[in-house]
Amino acid sequence: MDKIYSHPQSLRDVSTHYCPGCGHGLAHRLIAEVVDELKIRERVIAVAPVGCAVIAYDYWDFDCSEAAHGRALAVATAIKRVRPQNIVFTYQGDGDLAAIGTNETIHAANRGENLTVFFINNAVYGMTGGQMAPTTLLNQKTSTTPSGRCAQSQGYPLKISEMLALLPGVKYIERVSLGSAPDIIKAKKAIKKALVNQMEGVGFSLVEMLSPCPTYWGLSPKESLDWIQNTMAKEFPLGVIK
Amino acid sequence: MPKILMSGNDAIAEGAIQAGCSFYAGYPITPQNELTAYMANNMEKRGGVFIQAEAEVAAINMVFGASAAGARAMTSSSSPGISLKQEGISYIAGAELPAVIVNVMRGGPGLGNIAPSQADYFQATRSGGHGDYHCIVLAPSSVQESYDLTYLAFNLADKYRAPAIILGDGMLGQMMEPLKLTTQGPKLKAKPWALTGCKGRKANVVKSFYLGEGDLEKLNLKLQKKYKEIAAKEQRWEELFLDDAKVVLVAYGSMSRIARAALKVLRGKGKRVGLIRPISLWPFPKKAFARPKNKYLVIEMSYGQMLEDVQLTLGGRAKVDFLGRSGGGVPSEEEIILKVNKIYNG
Repeated sequence: MDKIYSHPQSLRDVSTHYCPGCGHGLAHRLIAEVVDELKIRERVIAVAPVGCAVIAYDYWDFDCSEAAHGRALAVATAIKRVRPQNIVFTYQGDGDLAAIGTNETIHAANRGENLTVFFINNAVYGMTGGQMAPTTLLNQKTSTTPSGRCAQSQGYPLKISEMLALLPGVKYIERVSLGSAPDIIKAKKAIKKALVNQMEGVGFSLVEMLSPCPTYWGLSPKESLDWIQNTMAKEFPLGVIK
Repeated sequence: MPKILMSGNDAIAEGAIQAGCSFYAGYPITPQNELTAYMANNMEKRGGVFIQAEAEVAAINMVFGASAAGARAMTSSSSPGISLKQEGISYIAGAELPAVIVNVMRGGPGLGNIAPSQADYFQATRSGGHGDYHCIVLAPSSVQESYDLTYLAFNLADKYRAPAIILGDGMLGQMMEPLKLTTQGPKLKAKPWALTGCKGRKANVVKSFYLGEGDLEKLNLKLQKKYKEIAAKEQRWEELFLDDAKVVLVAYGSMSRIARAALKVLRGKGKRVGLIRPISLWPFPKKAFARPKNKYLVIEMSYGQMLEDVQLTLGGRAKVDFLGRSGGGVPSEEEIILKVNKIYNG
């Protein structure tokens, strides 16, 4: 009998530190599966963020660099320029990519760096205890918006993927969801496309993944998936943005 | 060997390329712009990468990435820009990456001005960013030395896997002098720790993050051991007339050139004056002070920063005087002579 499913070689056989129902483990696994399927494990250099996925390099089994908070795309730009034959991607949360690292994000995209970005949007800062993120929804309660995010004083959820899509250097942006089985299958396809783009020299590609954070949403894992489908995806519509 | 006329900024850039620097990222700031322009003109032609970064912060993190990928990498800036880079320098030190950072110092604090200054001595020689670390700090005093010390900085950075700073100033960066272009070629080391893709080996990780109990302390003890070795082996200085000196001038960088001119005049008048010119500022050349003379006069374009290292080194074994100006003021030859005459018989 043919073996049709197994543990990805690119994913170490260890338990993660993620909370029950968190989307990071799933996103890590999807990326690892695609890296294996594309047979690029020995060429990959990943850049881990600061945030809940800070020790992503303990879970992936390929070369990885750390980056200071927000600086992943500056680090990745240099790695790719120095080693154009390698496959370089960043893995960043909403705070990392769309708040403290906005400058690095916009300019790497604008230079049209031939890189891949995996952007985990869970509408909250997880590692530091559930503060407001740039992508936090209006009225969403966080530890720094105890009465819910208010547009008047805290602004609006930042749609950075739509902003980046305006730049001529950007070749592919898709927003996907980790909220249901069919969406997860679509997410994996998007991950693959974003990496194949780099292999073919197409240019800057980004996949935004709406990802559950039950702990800081104050919801059960099941409720979190529903919240992505019914609430979050309304503010952040799924699909190919560019 | 033929000599060419070059500015200090250009000499640093050429020294870096001769050392095998294959990645440069920078951001415009006066008075170091010639260096960035030189890299823009030369890096790609000579097989390297040049990026004008969107910010100083991005530039230093690009250096982090390039170095993690095994390249010899450099960034340059001037004082306010170097302040912005401190986070990145701390990460580079923590991840034990080699890198060269050039600070063509200008007046501060704040936006200050674009006049030459030596007011970033503390920032360069103490951990400028967060955490317990040191950068190797080399201070050229001529165009030739700007070239030579940059070449050396790359070798030391690789040898110790640590960031190295070239601490110049606006005067030195802008002045032109004849330069002997010694071409030794790069002395590159194998970097088995670098990120190259994990073909045929276990995956490499470059990081400064250690959450496990005791792990960060272990890293820090390793760093301290390395700093001890650097402090023992890499002290550099130039000395003049220490044998008979009654007053020893202590100055580095462009300031040492003015001190040297004053020394010449004073010697001409029969005054027994000597000079210690620190070349490595970290490690501070304590060995140059092994036999304390009667009096030392520290001269800086600051209000007394290297002064503290001289005082710490001497530990009260000699009298230490100070002459300094900052914010665009440069102690003049006449001021130095006046000060020496005042303390000479005091």
